[in-house]
Amino acid sequence: MTVRVQSEAFDPGAELSGFAQGRSDVGAVVSFTGVVRDDSGTLDRMEIEHYPGMTEKAIAAIVEEARVRWSLADCLVIHRHGPLRPGAQIMMVATAAAHRVAAFEAAEFLMDYLKSRAPFWKREVKRDGSTDWVDAKVDDEDALKRWSR
Amino acid sequence: MVEVMYFAWVRERIGEPREKIETSAATVAELVEELRAREPRYAAAFADLSALRVALDQELADFDAPLNGVREVAFFPPMTGG
Repeated sequence: MTVRVQSEAFDPGAELSGFAQGRSDVGAVVSFTGVVRDDSGTLDRMEIEHYPGMTEKAIAAIVEEARVRWSLADCLVIHRHGPLRPGAQIMMVATAAAHRVAAFEAAEFLMDYLKSRAPFWKREVKRDGSTDWVDAKVDDEDALKRWSR
Repeated sequence: MVEVMYFAWVRERIGEPREKIETSAATVAELVEELRAREPRYAAAFADLSALRVALDQELADFDAPLNGVREVAFFPPMTGG
């Protein structure tokens, strides 16, 4: 299980090629990469603030829950902070499990929880200099409910 | 004495990322009341608690949670990771 919180860019391909290598119990690897989107063409950058210390702990707890629940063989979470240009990678998750359903579900679970339970805050800085904190979406909170049991 | 931290727009409204606060508040809600009474910038930041989240020693908590033995209190808006 690997968790990295960093300002530096990362290479999703390189991360994935080294992930869960050499394990004979892995039949499925799923990965997701989140990218800075600029729908309106007015975004200069996305700035991501976080809570050092709590961020790592919160992600580790989410990863541990996923590992146990889906019997993951391995799991990778990378999340960046600081200023990010449109097109830049924000984060990635990868899951490795014996079977496809577990790997997909665990990746979705991780994404849903990282969105609403890891202490990151996104602020958009537009090209005209105006700024906007990104509001949490009701849908994102609702997405957590499907995992409760 | 507790270390109180603010993130995102809460930090912007209050104007600093952290401060040490001498308090006898028994719960988070009581601490919020003390802060609100300090200055308008605190009243503005804590105007709507439904728009805020709190963490005690880096674990998410409720506003009625006790502050017994807590060293670090953080206030912030709902998280937007991922």
